[in-house]
Amino acid sequence: MPENLTIEVNGCELPAKAGMSVAAALFQAGEFRFRISASGQPRAALCGMGICFECRVTIDGQANCRSCQILVRDGMVIRTS
Amino acid sequence: MVGAGIVGAACAKELAEAGLRVAICEQNGYAGGGATAAGMGHLAVMDDSDAQFALTSYSQSLWRELAQELPAEAEYLACGALWVAADEEELREVERKFRFYQNRNVPAEILDSKQLAEAEPNLRAGLAGGLLLTADSVCYPPCAAGYLTKRAAATGGNIFFGKKVTEVSESGVRLEDNTFLTAGLTVIATGAAAVRLAPEIDVHPRKGHLAITDRYPGFVRHQLIELGYLKNAHSTTADSVAFNVQPRVTGQILIGSSRQFGVEDAVAEGPMLSNMLARAIEYMPAIADLSTIRVWTGFRAATPDNLPLIGARPGYRRIYLATGHEGLGISTSLATASLLADEILGRDSAIPRSPYEPSRSVAVHA
Ligand SMILES: Cc1cc2nc3c(=O)[nH]c(=O)nc-3n(C[C@H](O)[C@H](O)[C@H](O)COP(=O)(O)OP(=O)(O)OC[C@H]3O[C@@H](n4cnc5c(N)ncnc54)[C@H](O)[C@@H]3O)c2cc1C
Ligand code: FES
Repeated sequence: MPENLTIEVNGCELPAKAGMSVAAALFQAGEFRFRISASGQPRAALCGMGICFECRVTIDGQANCRSCQILVRDGMVIRTS
Repeated sequence: MVGAGIVGAACAKELAEAGLRVAICEQNGYAGGGATAAGMGHLAVMDDSDAQFALTSYSQSLWRELAQELPAEAEYLACGALWVAADEEELREVERKFRFYQNRNVPAEILDSKQLAEAEPNLRAGLAGGLLLTADSVCYPPCAAGYLTKRAAATGGNIFFGKKVTEVSESGVRLEDNTFLTAGLTVIATGAAAVRLAPEIDVHPRKGHLAITDRYPGFVRHQLIELGYLKNAHSTTADSVAFNVQPRVTGQILIGSSRQFGVEDAVAEGPMLSNMLARAIEYMPAIADLSTIRVWTGFRAATPDNLPLIGARPGYRRIYLATGHEGLGISTSLATASLLADEILGRDSAIPRSPYEPSRSVAVHA
Protein backbone atom coordinates (compact mmCIF):
# COMPACT_ATOMS: atom_id res chain seq x y z
CA MET A 1 0.00 0.00 0.00
CA PRO A 2 1.37 3.47 -0.89
CA GLU A 3 2.03 5.73 2.04
CA ASN A 4 -0.79 8.12 3.07
CA LEU A 5 0.17 11.80 2.89
CA THR A 6 -1.54 15.05 3.72
CA ILE A 7 -1.43 18.01 1.35
CA GLU A 8 -2.98 21.44 1.70
CA VAL A 9 -5.08 22.72 -1.19
CA ASN A 10 -6.33 26.31 -0.98
CA GLY A 11 -6.17 26.16 2.79
CA CYS A 12 -7.91 22.75 3.21
CA GLU A 13 -6.04 19.65 4.31
CA LEU A 14 -6.60 16.71 1.97
CA PRO A 15 -5.41 13.11 1.95
CA ALA A 16 -3.17 11.89 -0.88
CA LYS A 17 -1.02 8.86 -1.65
CA ALA A 18 2.72 8.85 -2.26
CA GLY A 19 3.54 8.46 -5.97
CA MET A 20 0.58 10.54 -7.13
CA SER A 21 1.08 13.61 -9.28
CA VAL A 22 -0.24 16.87 -7.88
CA ALA A 23 -2.68 16.98 -10.81
CA ALA A 24 -4.09 13.56 -9.89
CA ALA A 25 -4.42 14.59 -6.26
CA LEU A 26 -6.32 17.71 -7.29
CA PHE A 27 -8.70 15.75 -9.52
CA GLN A 28 -9.22 13.22 -6.74
CA ALA A 29 -10.10 16.07 -4.40
CA GLY A 30 -12.74 17.22 -6.90
CA GLU A 31 -10.78 20.27 -7.99
CA PHE A 32 -11.43 20.91 -11.68
CA ARG A 33 -10.25 24.50 -11.83
CA PHE A 34 -6.47 24.56 -11.56
CA ARG A 35 -6.06 28.10 -12.83
CA ILE A 36 -7.76 30.93 -14.67
CA SER A 37 -6.45 31.60 -18.18
CA ALA A 38 -5.36 35.03 -19.35
CA SER A 39 -8.79 35.46 -20.97
CA GLY A 40 -10.57 34.51 -17.73
CA GLN A 41 -11.49 30.89 -18.47
CA PRO A 42 -11.15 28.03 -15.98
CA ARG A 43 -8.43 25.51 -16.90
CA ALA A 44 -7.25 22.13 -15.62
CA ALA A 45 -4.73 19.44 -16.58
CA LEU A 46 -5.19 18.30 -20.17
CA CYS A 47 -2.25 16.40 -21.61
CA GLY A 48 -0.91 15.00 -18.37
CA MET A 49 2.60 14.86 -19.84
CA GLY A 50 4.11 18.31 -19.39
CA ILE A 51 3.38 19.73 -22.82
CA CYS A 52 0.22 21.84 -22.65
CA PHE A 53 0.94 23.93 -19.51
CA GLU A 54 -2.78 23.98 -18.69
CA CYS A 55 -2.23 22.41 -15.27
CA ARG A 56 -0.12 25.17 -13.72
CA VAL A 57 -0.66 25.82 -10.00
CA THR A 58 1.32 27.44 -7.19
CA ILE A 59 3.26 24.89 -5.13
CA ASP A 60 4.94 25.93 -1.87
CA GLY A 61 4.84 29.55 -3.02
CA GLN A 62 6.30 28.92 -6.45
CA ALA A 63 3.89 30.07 -9.17
CA ASN A 64 3.34 28.32 -12.52
CA CYS A 65 4.39 24.77 -11.57
CA ARG A 66 3.11 22.06 -13.90
CA SER A 67 1.13 19.90 -11.50
CA CYS A 68 1.12 16.87 -13.82
CA GLN A 69 4.94 16.67 -13.59
CA ILE A 70 5.34 17.00 -9.84
CA LEU A 71 4.66 14.27 -7.26
CA VAL A 72 2.89 15.08 -4.01
CA ARG A 73 4.96 15.41 -0.85
CA ASP A 74 3.68 15.32 2.69
CA GLY A 75 2.78 18.86 3.81
CA MET A 76 2.88 20.31 0.30
CA VAL A 77 0.96 23.58 0.02
CA ILE A 78 -0.92 23.97 -3.27
CA ARG A 79 -2.84 26.97 -4.49
CA THR A 80 -5.11 27.04 -7.53
CA SER A 81 -6.44 30.34 -8.89
CA MET B 1 8.32 51.93 -48.47
CA VAL B 2 10.10 48.60 -48.53
CA GLY B 3 9.59 46.83 -45.21
CA ALA B 4 6.91 47.12 -42.53
CA GLY B 5 9.11 46.71 -39.48
CA ILE B 6 8.78 49.38 -36.83
CA VAL B 7 11.03 51.70 -38.87
CA GLY B 8 9.21 51.31 -42.21
CA ALA B 9 5.83 51.50 -40.49
CA ALA B 10 6.77 54.70 -38.63
CA CYS B 11 8.18 56.28 -41.82
CA ALA B 12 5.09 55.30 -43.84
CA LYS B 13 2.75 56.85 -41.26
CA GLU B 14 4.79 60.05 -41.06
CA LEU B 15 4.98 60.48 -44.84
CA ALA B 16 1.30 59.62 -45.36
CA GLU B 17 0.31 62.16 -42.72
CA ALA B 18 2.52 64.75 -44.42
CA GLY B 19 0.37 64.32 -47.54
CA LEU B 20 2.40 61.90 -49.65
CA ARG B 21 0.74 58.92 -51.33
CA VAL B 22 2.42 55.97 -49.66
CA ALA B 23 2.55 52.26 -50.42
CA ILE B 24 4.33 49.66 -48.29
CA CYS B 25 5.74 46.40 -49.70
CA GLU B 26 6.31 43.85 -46.96
CA GLN B 27 7.44 40.31 -47.72
CA ASN B 28 5.57 38.83 -44.74
CA GLY B 29 1.80 38.68 -44.48
CA TYR B 30 1.83 41.13 -41.54
CA ALA B 31 3.76 44.08 -40.12
CA GLY B 32 6.59 43.87 -37.60
CA GLY B 33 7.65 40.28 -38.21
CA GLY B 34 11.40 40.92 -38.62
CA ALA B 35 13.79 42.20 -35.95
CA THR B 36 10.82 44.16 -34.63
CA ALA B 37 9.14 40.96 -33.43
CA ALA B 38 12.41 39.73 -31.93
CA GLY B 39 13.33 42.91 -30.04
CA MET B 40 12.73 43.80 -26.43
CA GLY B 41 10.90 47.07 -26.90
CA HIS B 42 12.83 49.10 -24.34
CA LEU B 43 12.23 52.73 -25.35
CA ALA B 44 15.55 54.04 -24.12
CA VAL B 45 17.63 57.19 -23.97
CA MET B 46 21.31 56.47 -24.49
CA ASP B 47 24.41 58.52 -23.72
CA ASP B 48 27.10 56.72 -25.69
CA SER B 49 27.46 59.68 -28.10
CA ASP B 50 25.84 63.11 -28.48
CA ALA B 51 24.23 61.97 -31.72
CA GLN B 52 22.82 58.82 -30.08
CA PHE B 53 21.51 60.89 -27.20
CA ALA B 54 19.88 63.44 -29.53
CA LEU B 55 18.12 60.73 -31.53
CA THR B 56 16.99 58.62 -28.58
CA SER B 57 15.76 61.52 -26.45
CA TYR B 58 13.91 63.13 -29.37
CA SER B 59 12.35 59.78 -30.19
CA GLN B 60 11.39 59.20 -26.57
CA SER B 61 9.44 62.45 -26.57
CA LEU B 62 7.63 61.30 -29.73
CA TRP B 63 6.81 57.94 -28.09
CA ARG B 64 5.39 59.74 -25.08
CA GLU B 65 3.01 61.63 -27.39
CA LEU B 66 2.09 58.51 -29.38
CA ALA B 67 1.45 56.60 -26.15
CA GLN B 68 -1.76 58.61 -25.67
CA GLU B 69 -3.27 56.92 -28.72
CA LEU B 70 -1.54 53.51 -28.81
CA PRO B 71 -3.95 50.57 -28.53
CA ALA B 72 -3.74 48.39 -25.40
CA GLU B 73 -2.10 45.53 -27.35
CA ALA B 74 0.95 47.74 -27.93
CA GLU B 75 1.51 47.26 -24.17
CA TYR B 76 3.12 50.63 -23.54
CA LEU B 77 4.36 50.66 -19.95
CA ALA B 78 6.05 53.69 -18.38
CA CYS B 79 8.07 51.53 -16.00
CA GLY B 80 11.37 53.45 -16.11
CA ALA B 81 14.77 51.85 -16.59
CA LEU B 82 17.36 50.97 -13.98
CA TRP B 83 21.02 50.66 -14.90
CA VAL B 84 22.50 48.35 -12.31
CA ALA B 85 26.01 48.93 -10.91
CA ALA B 86 27.67 45.81 -9.53
CA ASP B 87 30.69 47.46 -7.92
CA GLU B 88 32.37 50.75 -7.05
CA GLU B 89 33.82 51.16 -10.53
CA GLU B 90 30.39 50.86 -12.09
CA LEU B 91 29.01 53.25 -9.47
CA ARG B 92 31.40 55.90 -10.76
CA GLU B 93 29.92 55.26 -14.19
CA VAL B 94 26.47 55.80 -12.64
CA GLU B 95 27.64 59.19 -11.39
CA ARG B 96 29.01 60.12 -14.80
CA LYS B 97 25.78 59.12 -16.51
CA PHE B 98 23.77 61.00 -13.89
CA ARG B 99 25.64 64.24 -14.62
CA PHE B 100 25.29 63.66 -18.36
CA TYR B 101 21.51 63.32 -18.09
CA GLN B 102 21.12 66.05 -15.48
CA ASN B 103 22.89 68.51 -17.79
CA ARG B 104 20.41 67.60 -20.51
CA ASN B 105 17.27 67.78 -18.37
CA VAL B 106 16.60 64.03 -18.48
CA PRO B 107 15.02 62.94 -15.18
CA ALA B 108 17.52 60.64 -13.43
CA GLU B 109 18.09 59.46 -9.87
CA ILE B 110 21.04 57.69 -8.27
CA LEU B 111 20.03 54.75 -6.05
CA ASP B 112 22.37 53.44 -3.37
CA SER B 113 22.66 49.75 -2.57
CA LYS B 114 19.70 49.78 -0.17
CA GLN B 115 17.43 51.82 -2.44
CA LEU B 116 18.25 49.49 -5.33
CA ALA B 117 17.25 46.47 -3.24
CA GLU B 118 13.98 48.18 -2.32
CA ALA B 119 13.29 49.12 -5.92
CA GLU B 120 13.98 45.57 -7.20
CA PRO B 121 13.79 43.01 -4.37
CA ASN B 122 14.70 40.11 -6.66
CA LEU B 123 18.15 41.49 -7.53
CA ARG B 124 20.96 39.74 -5.69
CA ALA B 125 22.06 41.32 -2.43
CA GLY B 126 25.16 43.48 -2.29
CA LEU B 127 24.96 45.27 -5.63
CA ALA B 128 26.52 48.73 -5.46
CA GLY B 129 23.63 50.86 -6.70
CA GLY B 130 21.99 52.06 -9.86
CA LEU B 131 20.76 54.85 -12.06
CA LEU B 132 17.00 55.21 -12.44
CA LEU B 133 15.80 56.80 -15.66
CA THR B 134 12.16 57.45 -14.91
CA ALA B 135 11.21 58.55 -18.44
CA ASP B 136 12.22 55.27 -20.10
CA SER B 137 9.38 52.95 -21.00
CA VAL B 138 8.69 49.69 -22.83
CA CYS B 139 6.25 48.52 -25.48
CA TYR B 140 5.37 45.38 -27.46
CA PRO B 141 7.04 46.27 -30.77
CA PRO B 142 5.16 44.13 -33.34
CA CYS B 143 1.82 45.53 -32.22
CA ALA B 144 3.19 49.06 -32.22
CA ALA B 145 4.40 48.44 -35.81
CA GLY B 146 0.96 47.04 -36.69
CA TYR B 147 -0.68 50.16 -35.32
CA LEU B 148 1.64 52.51 -37.26
CA THR B 149 0.94 50.52 -40.44
CA LYS B 150 -2.81 50.84 -39.88
CA ARG B 151 -2.40 54.56 -39.37
CA ALA B 152 -0.54 54.82 -42.68
CA ALA B 153 -3.35 52.89 -44.35
CA ALA B 154 -6.01 55.06 -42.70
CA THR B 155 -4.32 58.11 -44.23
CA GLY B 156 -4.66 56.72 -47.74
CA GLY B 157 -1.64 54.40 -47.80
CA ASN B 158 -1.66 51.10 -49.69
CA ILE B 159 -0.24 48.14 -47.81
CA PHE B 160 0.98 45.23 -49.92
CA PHE B 161 1.66 42.25 -47.70
CA GLY B 162 3.36 39.15 -49.06
CA LYS B 163 5.27 41.24 -51.60
CA LYS B 164 9.01 40.75 -51.60
CA VAL B 165 11.08 43.41 -53.32
CA THR B 166 14.01 42.07 -55.32
CA GLU B 167 15.34 45.31 -56.80
CA VAL B 168 15.06 49.03 -56.11
CA SER B 169 15.68 51.62 -58.81
CA GLU B 170 15.15 55.38 -59.27
CA SER B 171 11.73 54.70 -60.75
CA GLY B 172 10.35 52.13 -58.32
CA VAL B 173 10.63 48.55 -57.12
CA ARG B 174 10.57 45.15 -58.72
CA LEU B 175 8.76 42.36 -56.90
CA GLU B 176 9.63 38.69 -56.74
CA ASP B 177 6.93 37.86 -59.30
CA ASN B 178 8.59 40.39 -61.65
CA THR B 179 5.83 43.00 -61.26
CA PHE B 180 7.21 46.53 -61.34
CA LEU B 181 5.68 49.14 -59.03
CA THR B 182 6.38 52.73 -60.07
CA ALA B 183 7.30 55.08 -57.26
CA GLY B 184 8.41 58.72 -57.15
CA LEU B 185 10.58 57.92 -54.14
CA THR B 186 11.56 54.61 -52.56
CA VAL B 187 12.65 54.09 -48.97
CA ILE B 188 14.61 50.95 -48.08
CA ALA B 189 13.56 50.06 -44.53
CA THR B 190 14.33 46.35 -44.53
CA GLY B 191 16.44 46.27 -41.36
CA ALA B 192 19.46 43.95 -41.45
CA ALA B 193 18.35 42.74 -44.91
CA ALA B 194 18.93 46.22 -46.40
CA VAL B 195 22.32 45.16 -47.79
CA ARG B 196 20.52 42.86 -50.24
CA LEU B 197 18.90 45.89 -51.89
CA ALA B 198 21.76 48.34 -51.24
CA PRO B 199 24.94 46.24 -51.21
CA GLU B 200 27.25 49.23 -50.77
CA ILE B 201 26.15 50.06 -47.22
CA ASP B 202 28.25 48.90 -44.27
CA VAL B 203 25.48 47.17 -42.31
CA HIS B 204 26.07 43.79 -40.66
CA PRO B 205 23.65 41.46 -38.90
CA ARG B 206 24.27 41.08 -35.19
CA LYS B 207 22.44 38.13 -33.77
CA GLY B 208 20.64 38.30 -30.44
CA HIS B 209 18.83 35.77 -28.24
CA LEU B 210 15.90 36.41 -25.90
CA ALA B 211 13.82 34.25 -23.58
CA ILE B 212 10.39 34.89 -22.09
CA THR B 213 8.94 33.44 -18.92
CA ASP B 214 5.48 32.53 -17.80
CA ARG B 215 3.50 35.20 -15.91
CA TYR B 216 5.01 36.35 -12.60
CA PRO B 217 3.43 39.76 -11.96
CA GLY B 218 5.60 42.05 -9.84
CA PHE B 219 8.76 39.94 -10.06
CA VAL B 220 10.53 42.72 -11.99
CA ARG B 221 9.37 46.34 -11.84
CA HIS B 222 11.67 48.28 -14.17
CA GLN B 223 13.56 47.59 -17.35
CA LEU B 224 16.85 46.40 -15.81
CA ILE B 225 20.22 46.57 -17.53
CA GLU B 226 23.64 45.85 -16.10
CA LEU B 227 26.11 48.68 -16.59
CA GLY B 228 28.56 46.20 -18.06
CA TYR B 229 26.09 46.09 -21.01
CA LEU B 230 27.83 48.97 -22.72
CA LYS B 231 31.26 47.35 -22.55
CA ASN B 232 29.71 44.19 -24.00
CA ALA B 233 27.38 45.77 -26.53
CA HIS B 234 30.04 47.89 -28.16
CA SER B 235 32.62 45.27 -28.72
CA THR B 236 32.41 44.81 -32.47
CA THR B 237 34.12 41.45 -32.56
CA ALA B 238 33.60 39.24 -29.50
CA ASP B 239 30.36 37.42 -28.68
CA SER B 240 28.81 38.73 -25.49
CA VAL B 241 25.89 38.40 -23.11
CA ALA B 242 24.48 40.93 -20.66
CA PHE B 243 21.87 40.99 -17.93
CA ASN B 244 18.89 42.79 -19.40
CA VAL B 245 15.36 41.98 -18.22
CA GLN B 246 12.03 43.61 -18.85
CA PRO B 247 8.64 43.45 -17.14
CA ARG B 248 5.75 42.91 -19.54
CA VAL B 249 2.22 44.15 -18.96
CA THR B 250 1.17 40.48 -18.87
CA GLY B 251 3.43 39.74 -15.89
CA GLN B 252 5.82 37.87 -18.15
CA ILE B 253 9.54 38.64 -17.97
CA LEU B 254 11.63 39.10 -21.05
CA ILE B 255 15.21 37.97 -20.45
CA GLY B 256 18.12 39.09 -22.63
CA SER B 257 20.43 39.45 -24.22
CA SER B 258 23.25 38.26 -26.41
CA ARG B 259 25.27 39.76 -29.25
CA GLN B 260 27.04 37.78 -31.95
CA PHE B 261 28.71 38.83 -35.17
CA GLY B 262 29.23 36.72 -38.24
CA VAL B 263 26.37 34.29 -37.59
CA GLU B 264 23.62 34.26 -40.21
CA ASP B 265 21.73 31.20 -38.98
CA ALA B 266 18.67 32.15 -36.90
CA VAL B 267 18.65 28.92 -34.88
CA ALA B 268 18.59 29.39 -31.09
CA GLU B 269 21.98 28.22 -29.78
CA GLY B 270 22.16 26.27 -26.51
CA PRO B 271 25.56 27.55 -25.33
CA MET B 272 24.66 31.19 -26.06
CA LEU B 273 21.31 30.80 -24.28
CA SER B 274 22.83 29.15 -21.26
CA ASN B 275 25.47 31.90 -20.97
CA MET B 276 22.75 34.50 -21.26
CA LEU B 277 20.51 32.86 -18.65
CA ALA B 278 23.46 32.26 -16.32
CA ARG B 279 24.21 35.98 -16.49
CA ALA B 280 20.59 36.79 -15.68
CA ILE B 281 20.62 34.37 -12.74
CA GLU B 282 23.87 35.92 -11.48
CA TYR B 283 22.00 39.23 -11.10
CA MET B 284 18.57 37.80 -10.20
CA PRO B 285 19.04 34.39 -8.58
CA ALA B 286 15.30 33.66 -8.36
CA ILE B 287 15.07 33.67 -12.17
CA ALA B 288 16.44 30.13 -11.90
CA ASP B 289 13.09 28.97 -10.46
CA LEU B 290 10.93 30.64 -13.09
CA SER B 291 9.46 28.75 -15.99
CA THR B 292 10.70 29.93 -19.39
CA ILE B 293 8.16 29.27 -22.12
CA ARG B 294 9.87 30.43 -25.31
CA VAL B 295 13.25 31.45 -26.69
CA TRP B 296 14.07 33.06 -30.04
CA THR B 297 16.66 35.03 -31.94
CA GLY B 298 16.74 38.15 -34.10
CA PHE B 299 19.18 40.19 -36.13
CA ARG B 300 20.13 43.77 -35.36
CA ALA B 301 21.41 45.88 -38.24
CA ALA B 302 24.82 47.05 -36.99
CA THR B 303 26.84 49.95 -38.41
CA PRO B 304 30.51 50.79 -37.74
CA ASP B 305 29.69 53.91 -35.67
CA ASN B 306 26.57 52.51 -33.96
CA LEU B 307 24.37 55.16 -35.60
CA PRO B 308 21.58 54.42 -38.08
CA LEU B 309 21.46 55.37 -41.74
CA ILE B 310 18.65 57.87 -42.29
CA GLY B 311 18.32 59.82 -45.54
CA ALA B 312 19.22 59.85 -49.22
CA ARG B 313 21.10 56.81 -50.51
CA PRO B 314 24.48 58.10 -51.73
CA GLY B 315 24.61 58.29 -55.52
CA TYR B 316 20.81 58.18 -56.00
CA ARG B 317 18.20 60.94 -56.22
CA ARG B 318 15.03 59.04 -55.42
CA ILE B 319 16.13 56.26 -53.11
CA TYR B 320 16.30 56.73 -49.36
CA LEU B 321 17.61 54.54 -46.54
CA ALA B 322 16.20 53.99 -43.06
CA THR B 323 18.18 51.13 -41.53
CA GLY B 324 21.20 50.36 -39.33
CA HIS B 325 19.42 50.90 -36.01
CA GLU B 326 21.25 48.03 -34.26
CA GLY B 327 19.78 47.48 -30.78
CA LEU B 328 17.80 50.72 -30.67
CA GLY B 329 15.47 50.63 -33.64
CA ILE B 330 12.29 50.41 -31.59
CA SER B 331 13.42 53.40 -29.53
CA THR B 332 14.55 55.50 -32.47
CA SER B 333 11.92 54.54 -35.07
CA LEU B 334 9.71 57.58 -34.50
CA ALA B 335 12.59 60.08 -34.66
CA THR B 336 13.87 58.28 -37.77
CA ALA B 337 10.48 58.79 -39.43
CA SER B 338 10.40 62.43 -38.50
CA LEU B 339 13.95 63.15 -39.76
CA LEU B 340 13.37 61.23 -42.98
CA ALA B 341 10.14 63.11 -43.70
CA ASP B 342 11.91 66.42 -42.96
CA GLU B 343 14.62 65.59 -45.48
CA ILE B 344 12.16 64.46 -48.17
CA LEU B 345 9.90 67.47 -47.67
CA GLY B 346 12.69 70.01 -47.22
CA ARG B 347 11.61 70.82 -43.66
CA ASP B 348 13.85 71.83 -40.77
CA SER B 349 14.39 69.13 -38.14
CA ALA B 350 14.19 69.21 -34.37
CA ILE B 351 17.76 67.84 -34.16
CA PRO B 352 20.68 67.96 -36.66
CA ARG B 353 20.36 65.23 -39.32
CA SER B 354 23.99 65.05 -40.41
CA PRO B 355 25.22 62.38 -37.92
CA TYR B 356 22.81 59.85 -39.48
CA GLU B 357 23.28 60.75 -43.15
CA PRO B 358 24.12 57.65 -45.15
CA SER B 359 26.73 59.74 -47.01
CA ARG B 360 28.92 60.02 -43.89
CA SER B 361 32.28 58.42 -44.43
CA VAL B 362 31.86 55.26 -42.36
CA ALA B 363 28.47 54.22 -43.71
CA VAL B 364 29.40 52.85 -47.11
CA HIS B 365 32.17 50.54 -48.22
CA ALA B 366 35.18 52.36 -49.69
C1 LIG C 1 17.42 40.47 -29.21
C2 LIG C 1 17.11 41.87 -29.62
C3 LIG C 1 16.70 42.79 -28.64
C4 LIG C 1 16.41 44.11 -29.00
N1 LIG C 1 15.97 44.97 -28.03
C5 LIG C 1 15.65 46.25 -28.37
C6 LIG C 1 15.17 47.16 -27.39
O1 LIG C 1 14.98 46.83 -26.22
N2 LIG C 1 14.91 48.45 -27.77
C7 LIG C 1 15.09 48.87 -29.05
O2 LIG C 1 14.86 50.04 -29.34
N3 LIG C 1 15.53 48.02 -30.01
C8 LIG C 1 15.81 46.73 -29.69
N4 LIG C 1 16.28 45.86 -30.66
C9 LIG C 1 16.50 46.38 -32.01
C10 LIG C 1 15.21 46.47 -32.79
O3 LIG C 1 14.50 45.26 -32.70
C11 LIG C 1 15.56 46.79 -34.26
O4 LIG C 1 16.46 47.85 -34.34
C12 LIG C 1 14.31 47.20 -35.01
O5 LIG C 1 13.28 46.24 -34.87
C13 LIG C 1 14.62 47.39 -36.49
O6 LIG C 1 13.40 47.64 -37.17
P1 LIG C 1 13.40 47.68 -38.74
O7 LIG C 1 12.03 48.09 -39.13
O8 LIG C 1 14.54 48.50 -39.22
O9 LIG C 1 13.74 46.19 -39.18
P2 LIG C 1 12.81 44.87 -39.18
O10 LIG C 1 11.92 44.82 -38.02
O11 LIG C 1 13.70 43.71 -39.45
O12 LIG C 1 11.86 45.13 -40.42
C14 LIG C 1 12.28 44.95 -41.73
C15 LIG C 1 11.07 44.45 -42.50
O13 LIG C 1 11.40 44.39 -43.86
C16 LIG C 1 10.89 43.20 -44.40
N5 LIG C 1 11.71 42.89 -45.55
C17 LIG C 1 13.02 42.51 -45.56
N6 LIG C 1 13.45 42.36 -46.83
C18 LIG C 1 12.39 42.62 -47.63
C19 LIG C 1 12.20 42.64 -49.05
N7 LIG C 1 13.21 42.36 -49.87
N8 LIG C 1 10.98 42.97 -49.53
C20 LIG C 1 9.93 43.27 -48.69
N9 LIG C 1 10.07 43.26 -47.35
C21 LIG C 1 11.27 42.96 -46.83
C22 LIG C 1 10.99 42.19 -43.28
O14 LIG C 1 10.08 41.14 -43.46
C23 LIG C 1 10.67 43.05 -42.07
O15 LIG C 1 9.28 43.05 -41.76
C24 LIG C 1 16.55 44.52 -30.34
C25 LIG C 1 16.93 43.61 -31.32
C26 LIG C 1 17.21 42.30 -30.96
C27 LIG C 1 17.60 41.33 -32.04
S1 FES D 1 -1.48 18.66 -18.07
FE1 FES D 1 -0.43 19.34 -19.84
S2 FES D 1 1.40 20.12 -18.96
FE2 FES D 1 0.39 19.33 -17.25
